[in-house]
Amino acid sequence: MSAPSPSPAPAAPALELDGVEISYRVRGRTLAVVRDVSFAVARGESYGLVGESGCGKSTIALAIVRYLAANGRVSSGSIRVDGRDVLALSGRRLRELRARTVSMVYQEPGRALNPTIRVGRQIAEVFELQGLSRREARERAGEMLARVQIADAESVMARYPHQLSGGMLQRCVIAMALAARPSLLILDEPTTALDATVEAEVLDLIAALRQELSTSLLFISHNLGVIARMCDRVGVLYAGEMVEEGPASELFENPRHPYTVGLLRCIPRRGTSKTRRMLDPIPGFLPDPGSRPDGCIFAPRCALARERCRAEPPPLYQSGRARLARCHFHEHAHTLPRSEQAQGEPSAGRPAEQVPLLSAARVSKTFRQAAHQVHALQDVTITLAAGETLGLVGESGSGKTTLARVLLGLTGPDPGGEVTLDGAPLAPLARSRTPAQLKALQIVFQNPDAALNRRHSVRRLIARPLSKLGGYRGEALARRLTELLAAVRLSERHLPMRPVRLSGGLKQRVAIARAFAGDPRLVVCDEPTSALDVSVQAAILNLLVDLQRRQGVSYLFISHDLGVVRYISDRIAVMYLGRLMELGPAERVFSGPHHPYTEALLSAVPSLDGVRRERIRLEGEIPSAANPPAGCPFHTRCHRKLGRICEESEPPLLEVEPGHQLACHIPLAELGREPAAVPIGEHVER
Amino acid sequence: MSIAVPDPQIAAHLEPGALSAGRRQRWRELGRELLRQKLFLVGAVILLWWIVAAIFGYQIAPQNPYAQNLTAINLAPSGAHLFGTDNLGRDMLSRVIVGSREILIIAPLATLIGTVLGAALGLAMGYLRGLFDDVLSRFVEAFLALPLVVTGLIAIFAFGRSNTTLIIVIGIVFAPLIARTVRAAVISERELEYIAAARLRGERALYVMAVEILPNVLAPITVEFTVRLGYAIFAVATLSFLGFGVQPPSPDWGLEIATNYGQVTAGYWWEVLFDALAIASLVVAVNLISDGLEAVLER
Repeated sequence: MSAPSPSPAPAAPALELDGVEISYRVRGRTLAVVRDVSFAVARGESYGLVGESGCGKSTIALAIVRYLAANGRVSSGSIRVDGRDVLALSGRRLRELRARTVSMVYQEPGRALNPTIRVGRQIAEVFELQGLSRREARERAGEMLARVQIADAESVMARYPHQLSGGMLQRCVIAMALAARPSLLILDEPTTALDATVEAEVLDLIAALRQELSTSLLFISHNLGVIARMCDRVGVLYAGEMVEEGPASELFENPRHPYTVGLLRCIPRRGTSKTRRMLDPIPGFLPDPGSRPDGCIFAPRCALARERCRAEPPPLYQSGRARLARCHFHEHAHTLPRSEQAQGEPSAGRPAEQVPLLSAARVSKTFRQAAHQVHALQDVTITLAAGETLGLVGESGSGKTTLARVLLGLTGPDPGGEVTLDGAPLAPLARSRTPAQLKALQIVFQNPDAALNRRHSVRRLIARPLSKLGGYRGEALARRLTELLAAVRLSERHLPMRPVRLSGGLKQRVAIARAFAGDPRLVVCDEPTSALDVSVQAAILNLLVDLQRRQGVSYLFISHDLGVVRYISDRIAVMYLGRLMELGPAERVFSGPHHPYTEALLSAVPSLDGVRRERIRLEGEIPSAANPPAGCPFHTRCHRKLGRICEESEPPLLEVEPGHQLACHIPLAELGREPAAVPIGEHVER
Repeated sequence: MSIAVPDPQIAAHLEPGALSAGRRQRWRELGRELLRQKLFLVGAVILLWWIVAAIFGYQIAPQNPYAQNLTAINLAPSGAHLFGTDNLGRDMLSRVIVGSREILIIAPLATLIGTVLGAALGLAMGYLRGLFDDVLSRFVEAFLALPLVVTGLIAIFAFGRSNTTLIIVIGIVFAPLIARTVRAAVISERELEYIAAARLRGERALYVMAVEILPNVLAPITVEFTVRLGYAIFAVATLSFLGFGVQPPSPDWGLEIATNYGQVTAGYWWEVLFDALAIASLVVAVNLISDGLEAVLER
């Protein structure tokens, strides 16, 4: 390398932020979105930044390489990379810094690559920037891809980004980021857009490369589990301020700031289920950007806040070795009261009665795409009892959403299958169903922004289904509207607002109110909380559980978050390539013996509970549903494959014990013999 | 240990500003953003001037635009006649001012008809899809191949010259163009989940189109209206120029240019230039407004 950059002082940390304040100018007002943030990442260290959306994590990442938007600037403080003051660098030096010293990996790998240039070329460019010839650069690009565990580097290099899966793309982006051998790698939610199984692999890869290349990491994520797994030290951001910092292991075990305590309590874990306890959401809201209360920034939402907290902003207290907490009462943070302990009668878990509420028998769905057929669903048979929650899990592309759409009548199934409600067959499409049937099945979508008409007021969004499905008119409608608002914890004040004015959690409440307007019997929840922050997720899950307890509604709950599914479900169905692999009571599916695929899914989840466990690697990618493998569809990735039988014959879904069905050639007793993974469900709530 | 925690979500948006949130506030915000755009302002001022001229033309005009003065023909612009006079000695400035009237009636009405028809067509095509969409799409494509002026000429020959014919013809020719834009907007809208939610309530197609989708595609429709308005002004001027639009002795700009353009070779350029500039200013103004609206609405 020809860079004549001044060699940094040997002791200088890879990254050092000192009293950084970042502000945006919006409509003539200057809003400070990051205030007085200081932290350092030592050489070779992995530092995690956690916080909910709007806390300033990404703003900090952008400021480090001076990529802030035109209206944003670092208004005070200093940022040093390798001892060099980033804010004082000239244009040329800044380019050099970005080319050689710092690399960034973002959330969406598809948007980090140029769609019109072959992947190999894009990686080679990084080497060319360092002065290598085209040929050498190409070779090095190949080596780099091999390093990120891409088996067939040559063929991958010749492909365009759209021809690669999300996991592959993110590896390519990581390869590019590491090509310059940066001393600091910034990862901004690098696995948030990926499936849990792929996420686990990418995380393993990053951890391995970090050892190999001795790069320092700044790892940004909202996912506490991921941070706990990847980082040595962690900083917790709240509303633009660092509220707590410490070694990852200690911080999550023994948090010293009420916000961290609250955040950890929001997450359903250690096998918690709705029958045992409610979740603890953090009350209140983030302060508006640019405004801050006089005292502690968290005081308005803190159940421990006293006079002093509201008057006097706390400094960062030293709280034990290498621990910092911005709380006057950091020694007492763990005494943060829980909101509600009481949980009534478990709502469901009733075994299927004589006639199930809803049943789908041998439902298939084939999509025709150009020349080939995609079997999105194949012979799926499920039943749902009244008041029961069936969790539906599987990687993306496994057919979860298609199944939900078929049940609802939004997508017509292939002829042959049958969906019945109370034993009476349902027309395949919603438009030919009777009003009573339409009323019975409703849905809460993942993304409330798309699911709510943005031009309609909350009143209209809820009143229309009330009159259309519930048949309410005039006085009765107004009364029912008020009741429904109260049931989802919205107030009259929200009625004239349009969705834009509402936060994500409030929007999802409107969507839930809409789904419940016609007193449904079954509500499909399609990832209802994955677009939300964990503290809001907890409140929404509590609401769903509460509504179920009071109205006896059934849920079909789709989620990729196994902790959430475990919390809310009575029974769980595991899908793979459009087929049901396992179906059984939640605790049985989680504790095992379970299907090898279930086992792999469970072991992929980054856990906060400090149990180090051997992870089961799933070989390769989920096969295309257009061309599924012969025999057991999972055999290509299965870690417990028996041999020819798995490749040749597809195992039927058999009842291996009462209420527990499995599709695997390995007998149940055998499956149970090797408890390779410690599943989430085994730990008892402390 | 238990504590009464106020429900988090109810505490939302306590700022008084958010409470009165409604239609009015949204319009006020839109207006404020539009006014911040200089080019939009320029366009709006020019258009406003021409609208005032169209309504109060006779009051504003310094002289009677029809009064002939054979002792003052073909006078070059001067203090007495800022835009000069024509070959009948009529004051050009007054004629240009009054000449805005008919074009500003015909063009917007024609565009309005085209927009309403086109939006209805586009909504139906985009929402219903299938055979209906396939067949109509072919018709739309065929229409797009027809030049407006030629179609206009044919219709005028067939139905006779009148402003009504002009309005209807331009409206009908515009409808497929607008339909195409609206259809594209509707297609992306119908994939959103609020449409699925409406179907799960058993809403009729007409309701979904009119109540659920239409409000969400009003922005592209508004922009399309202003874009087409520019074309309509141009088309009316062209047809008048060709002698198939507004009839004499109206001081209409296109007609004036047609009547006077023989005089240009004799050196009387002012008898054409100011009418041409008037047309240009109106078209440019409408386009500036259209750009401004697009920037604000389509975000």
